[in-house]
Amino acid sequence: MLLKNIIDKLDLELVTRGVDVQDREVRWAYASDLLSDVMAGANAGDLWLTIQRHLNIVAVAKVSDLGGIVLAKGIVPSPEVLDKAEKEGIPILVSKLPLFELSGVLYELLRGEDDS
Amino acid sequence: MSEGWEVVLHYAILKGGDLDNVGVVSTEIKRRLQEIGVEDDVIKKVSIICFEAEMNLASYADRGGHLKVEVKPNRVEVVVEDDGPGIEDVEKAMTPGYSTAPLWIRELGFGAGLGLPNIKEKSDVFHIESEMGKGTKIYSVVFRRKDAA
Repeated sequence: MLLKNIIDKLDLELVTRGVDVQDREVRWAYASDLLSDVMAGANAGDLWLTIQRHLNIVAVAKVSDLGGIVLAKGIVPSPEVLDKAEKEGIPILVSKLPLFELSGVLYELLRGEDDS
Repeated sequence: MSEGWEVVLHYAILKGGDLDNVGVVSTEIKRRLQEIGVEDDVIKKVSIICFEAEMNLASYADRGGHLKVEVKPNRVEVVVEDDGPGIEDVEKAMTPGYSTAPLWIRELGFGAGLGLPNIKEKSDVFHIESEMGKGTKIYSVVFRRKDAA
């Protein structure tokens, strides 16, 4: 599914500027707050759902080739995090939902896509 | 690619405790490996190995340490060395979930006791040597071809 469609359907706020999401395709996602676990478990292109807001999330996303970071619970990243994400071309999105609910909604959405 | 061809990348990570910059060196290494034309799956493994190593240096080695990446025709070798406090029980440190990280590091999503197990898991060859008060050395190899083993 195109990331821009996910943004629409989940009412996500795209907080990075200048990172192109128009043609970005997302097939699956990974939810975790442990950085090592994300690097071990997430696949390239996955969206990463987390409540971690530290600067290192950008490097983790970059190293693991993730499709983007979705911060749950309305967590807004610092300007430093945004700046780095924009430099590295990693889109950051914010959801008002807590992590469990966000995961559930996105799971349904992507699973439906997978079946079709 | 000609036989004997190799590229050596050296990085010094000088500041222990500087968690903000963890990942800077591994993203740079990833970029260089892409430029060199190393295979994507190998790059991913090496990048993760380097990231975890960076994290360990920043978390535990007061003066940081040194990371060397050698790209050879059939393999990528990573050597990480520090003169930090050393690991008291290497076997324990290799157990997933075992961690000596302080709370503030854990709150940042690090220190979950997965770093060294992750490095080992991504490596085709892995050695670790550590001596209390002297430092730690990690040697890791990722093969570039299935038949290179």
